[in-house]
Amino acid sequence: MAKKNVNYISAKESRKISKENRKITKEFEAKRNRKHIPEEEYITKMKNPENCVEFDDVHTYFFTDIGTVKAVDGVSFNVPQGKTVGIVGESGCGKSVTSLSMLQLVQRPQGQTVSGEIRFNSGDECVNVVNAPASKMQELRGNKMAMIFQEPMTALNPVFRVGAQIDEVIKLHRPEMTDEEVKARTIEMLGMVGIANKEGVYSMYPHELSGGMRQRICIAMALACEPKLIVADEPTTALDVTIQAQILDLLRDLKDRINSSIMLITHDLGVVAEMADYVVVMYAGRVVEKGTAREIFKDPRHPYTIGLMKSKPVVGQKVDELYSIPGSVPNPVNMPDYCYFKDRCDMCMECCNGEFPEEYYISDTHMVRCYRCKEEGERHE
Amino acid sequence: MSNEKDYILEVNHLKKYFPIKGGFFGGVTGNVKAVDDVSFKIERGTTMGLVGESGCGKSTTGRTILRLLEKTDGEVIFNGEDVNKKSKKELRDLRTKMQIVFQDPYSSLSPRLPIGEIIGEAVREHGLVPAAEYDEYISKIMEECGLQEHHKDRYPHEFSGGQRQRVCIARALALNPDFIVCDEPVSALDVSIQAQVINLLRKLQKDRGLTYLFISHDLSVVEHISDTVGVMYLGGLVETGKTEDIFANPLHPYTKALFSAIPMPDPDLKKERVILEGDIPSPANPPKGCKFHTRCSECMGICKEVAPEPKDMGNGHVVRCHLYDDK
Ligand SMILES: Nc1ncnc2c1ncn2[C@@H]1O[C@H](COP(=O)(O)OP(=O)(O)O)[C@@H](O)[C@H]1O
Ligand SMILES: Nc1ncnc2c1ncn2[C@@H]1O[C@H](COP(=O)(O)OP(=O)(O)O)[C@@H](O)[C@H]1O
Ligand code: SF4
Ligand code: SF4
Ligand SMILES: [Mg+2]
Ligand SMILES: [Mg+2]
Repeated sequence: MAKKNVNYISAKESRKISKENRKITKEFEAKRNRKHIPEEEYITKMKNPENCVEFDDVHTYFFTDIGTVKAVDGVSFNVPQGKTVGIVGESGCGKSVTSLSMLQLVQRPQGQTVSGEIRFNSGDECVNVVNAPASKMQELRGNKMAMIFQEPMTALNPVFRVGAQIDEVIKLHRPEMTDEEVKARTIEMLGMVGIANKEGVYSMYPHELSGGMRQRICIAMALACEPKLIVADEPTTALDVTIQAQILDLLRDLKDRINSSIMLITHDLGVVAEMADYVVVMYAGRVVEKGTAREIFKDPRHPYTIGLMKSKPVVGQKVDELYSIPGSVPNPVNMPDYCYFKDRCDMCMECCNGEFPEEYYISDTHMVRCYRCKEEGERHE
Repeated sequence: MSNEKDYILEVNHLKKYFPIKGGFFGGVTGNVKAVDDVSFKIERGTTMGLVGESGCGKSTTGRTILRLLEKTDGEVIFNGEDVNKKSKKELRDLRTKMQIVFQDPYSSLSPRLPIGEIIGEAVREHGLVPAAEYDEYISKIMEECGLQEHHKDRYPHEFSGGQRQRVCIARALALNPDFIVCDEPVSALDVSIQAQVINLLRKLQKDRGLTYLFISHDLSVVEHISDTVGVMYLGGLVETGKTEDIFANPLHPYTKALFSAIPMPDPDLKKERVILEGDIPSPANPPKGCKFHTRCSECMGICKEVAPEPKDMGNGHVVRCHLYDDK
């Protein structure tokens, strides 16, 4: 038998897949679009009331014409209140889809959170956002949770003045405020994010501002309602280090002031080390290691985490040749049935041929999905 | 003289202004001073890193050296010859010796050509190898860059970002250059892929004695790959020197601020930061005197009036700042 090329799909196969996909997504959409969704379907309880967010075995898939992309495939982690959780991994590993799942902004209908719970503690109630109706999500977004994107232009409307855009957000969530109060609040926010000429900037258009300034505007907009949770997806990736330092300082400072939690998505380990209390390392849609920032940076265990840390040169530490993880990420529609990292792993052992390793906890907070930690994990239990 | 240094490239007082058109008659109303009096030399077989915030003129410097952009003023001496005095035809031949690799491996490859053709097109055009040896030559170059021979017939969209960057490097390498401008070659890649490409560039340098001008805003990558470093701010070089000296002992207040902004992958390290206030001023209207004075925490009276001259602090460590005027 000729070896089947997994990257190639015939038109006939593709048509068949897309027909099946339509059936599946239609069902999800119908369920979501019901006129009345009873509260008991989405009002729930936190496992631990100290948490702001609990990701519990979340699966978000894309039903594409070439097959199902399991972008987020059984992801679990918590964001404790007032803490920052950094999510790291290479591009395509599912970081953005994780954050979009949190806000239920995954591109539908092809993208669907097919199972698992994402519990969000808004302070007043606990909502499983996976099952929450659109109206509930709208109420939560911007009010209780806010998002900061990599490219601030995507969040700003180019034809409106920035002040008016922030006013809009405040008005939506504080309808009792008068126009003067709203404007005063906006200007206060602009000052808070470190904009010197706040009255001037209030009446400027986004294109009149630099990238760093635009990101400040987005932060002002995100924080205008003092959200419980800030989801920041690569907020400083497009910025220079000097501006990045300003923005990170600002985020840290504001978060402490309004005591919110941050889900910080980035591929930059340095940024994570500076900001995060906890770190989640993702690989090919799964969490392969998580723990406190100290555990992950001082005692990384998963060969992927170790490889990531070794491949980045560090200022002040001279090496002759950089370590580089061989190969590349497996095809997302055709994941192997063993450890996803095995084909690139240089610490691979006999038992790695078995199924994808389970979660091994080597401390109460430090979890590793690698057979190398199996014994230690079992001892810890 | 045996210890005479062999400089492959000398850039003297290079300027590149972009005219700003506007006004009622569409006349020139001003200039963006993208590169404003830049001078440096690169020794053969070494790498010079060029760092600085976006918009400071790194790419324009690289492109003006290669004459992809025509200079406004100054000179570029490559292998002892003035690049700007070359005729069109001479320039064509010179281009094989000076190549460039760009940041974005997606837009810099034609989607309609197979990889083999992309790499080989210019080789054939310049008649660099006899027709009989052509195929073998391309295969060898591809192998050197970590590409497989059977990739020849594939198209760019079938490749990942890292592989595409290998194709870009192979294309440059195929012309057997002496000097390559690497303009943010790894900035768009994931760290693990970055490491592969950086290692490849270093290996090629060792094997072929290449000289690089390595442009990047990533200071840790620049420290790793460079022998010398130039720090740019608003169109000018504020500090140049050996990599070790610049990183161990940065002198210019801007260099210090830039370095202190680098996030370190160590959660126990709480750094004292010099947070730079504000944004970079516009290169169309740069501040008088020292161009950094609007953001400098050590700014003195003289800084606002007089542009600092370069000062050699020893070992080729040159800084442009009035703080060091008295030494
Ligand atoms: N709208 C979409 N349609 C199909 N696949 C998608 C879509 N968005 C993301 N994906 C896929 O999901 C996976 C995870 O993507 P993403 O979360 O954006 O990665 P990251 O943010 O870590 O770079 C990738 O394989 C990507 O191709
Ligand atoms: N073709 C052009 N026309 C007008 N201005 C330009 C052009 N290319 C670059 N510039 C300007 O020159 C300055 C330097 O740009 P560039 O060399 O690309 O900086 P860097 O590579 O350091 O980010 C910037 O202000 C940029 O806007
Ligand atoms: S389970 Fe085995 S193959 Fe997978 S990362 Fe661990 S050692 Fe490597
Ligand atoms: S010359 Fe003056 S303003 Fe410029 S960097 Fe030095 S101290 Fe600062
Ligand atoms: Mg992303
Ligand atoms: Mg550039």
